[in-house]
Amino acid sequence: MTPQIAVFLVLAAMAVAGAVNLILQRHPIHSALSLIVVMVALAGLYLLQGAEFIAAVQIIVYGGAIMVLFVFVIMLLNAGEEERTNLSRMARYVGVPLGVVFLLEVAYWIGRATSHMAQSSPQAVSTRELSTLLFREYVFPFELTSFLILIAILGALVLARREDSD
Amino acid sequence: MNEFAAQHSILIVVLPKVVVLLFVLLTALAYLTWFERKVVAHIQSRWGPYRVGPHGLLQPLADGLKFLFKEDVTPAGADKFTYFLAPFLSLSLAITSIAVIPFGPKDFTVFGQSTPLAITNLNIGLLILFAITSMGVYGVALAGWSSNSKYSLLGGLRSSAQMISYELTLTMSVVGVILMAGTFNLSDIVQAQQGFYLGFLPRWNLIGAPFPQVIGFFLFFTAAVAETNRAPFDLVEAEQELVGGFHTEYASFKFAMFFMAEYSSMITVSCLATILFFGGWLSPFPQTGIWTWTHYIPSAVFAIAGVALIIHGVRYLTILGRVVLPVLGLVLCALAVLFAMPGVPDFVQGPFWFLLKIAIFIFVYVWLRGTLPRFRYDRLMTFGWKVLLPLSILNVVITSLAIVLAQK
Repeated sequence: MTPQIAVFLVLAAMAVAGAVNLILQRHPIHSALSLIVVMVALAGLYLLQGAEFIAAVQIIVYGGAIMVLFVFVIMLLNAGEEERTNLSRMARYVGVPLGVVFLLEVAYWIGRATSHMAQSSPQAVSTRELSTLLFREYVFPFELTSFLILIAILGALVLARREDSD
Repeated sequence: MNEFAAQHSILIVVLPKVVVLLFVLLTALAYLTWFERKVVAHIQSRWGPYRVGPHGLLQPLADGLKFLFKEDVTPAGADKFTYFLAPFLSLSLAITSIAVIPFGPKDFTVFGQSTPLAITNLNIGLLILFAITSMGVYGVALAGWSSNSKYSLLGGLRSSAQMISYELTLTMSVVGVILMAGTFNLSDIVQAQQGFYLGFLPRWNLIGAPFPQVIGFFLFFTAAVAETNRAPFDLVEAEQELVGGFHTEYASFKFAMFFMAEYSSMITVSCLATILFFGGWLSPFPQTGIWTWTHYIPSAVFAIAGVALIIHGVRYLTILGRVVLPVLGLVLCALAVLFAMPGVPDFVQGPFWFLLKIAIFIFVYVWLRGTLPRFRYDRLMTFGWKVLLPLSILNVVITSLAIVLAQK
């Protein structure tokens, strides 16, 4: 077993365990913490593929900024523990079988895809190459995305603003 | 031996480096508390710690022992796991960030393995530092939330809001430097600042072409003081309003861990300011011609400090002081002699200037705390979002414009 595979297995186990724990925990803060573990483990996986910039940005944006906002809002609302309920009849007879079918389907397609995914070896992409691609070839979709986010921010502002303020 | 070293370079080279750096760092953290108390005391016309050891030099040791032997109280209704996790998260993240800081230019050789004067030299060193800083919010936020106390919760909420707001400015303010150096690698950023204007003015980013990063530096340092929760931005632990802020409910060594984390991030931020704006390990003097004598400045500084310490020490009040202080002085003098040996000055230069610049920044930190009153909370937010952030964006725009114009 090469070190790469060992590190991959550890990180993958961390990501999966964090994701499962995210659903099983009853307190929102604990769920948020599990999600942070998933994010950091994913960043490690990106690093393993040689995508160092993506890995750092993953931690800065998702691990740092977005999850801090999650935790902040949970703390601000002082959200309590969730109550555990039994499955409804609908969920038990329709939801669970459909979920199992969906999982099997995903597993099947991933299993088929890995046969040719394994052939492309990971190669390190430098930040310089990445930014050249982003700001030369894909500059239009990139700017369009940031414009979309701007619209979303303005929308949130309009919705959140009180009527009497003007 | 060499073959073994080549196969197990991590075991032989990296691990000792980590152990040595950790030892030095933790000692420095302990003595930073002493330094801060002394400087603040002298600013306020007091003596500061004086009783434990000569000039209170053993005070950090006494404090550390006291923290260890205090009862470790966990408040009722605290969220146990998170309550224990928070101080560990704070301290480990703060210490980890030191790993990417380069302390000098020269690779040195251990058992035939050449290795840089840093734990590791990463291509994305700066980004990794910001990633670790952005994770640092959790320690404070979770500590405030898990303690089950309103003061802690308020402190935690304030700190998360403050750190999120100032992180933006912190990141934006260094974009100018990144544009000028064209890399995220901290070593390369320092290398890019080599050279002199008019033969004596160092080309550090602070005053470098094409656009001097003076605004960038002040934005960076202001945001950094806020990010490390230090005065005048220490609303997180404003004792008049919040008792102790996020660490109100912490006792014993967990409390000490928060303090060590705070001092550790002070060191990291000072390192970063030095590397990004003040030429890192580069000497402020040219290295050739009539400037060769500057190679012996480290030696001279140590010799003067050592002799002064001996003269002062033999007349000290207590017998312990009359022994310890002259011995310390002798050690400094011995180091001065060692630094003057042929071949050594070259190697010592880098770390000496780097540590000196860091020490100046840390002094400024303490100076600020001793001089400036605390901000009001709403003013802090307004200042961060409406003054610092627009200025940092402006700085990025002007710097990129200047670079484009300079290339034409």
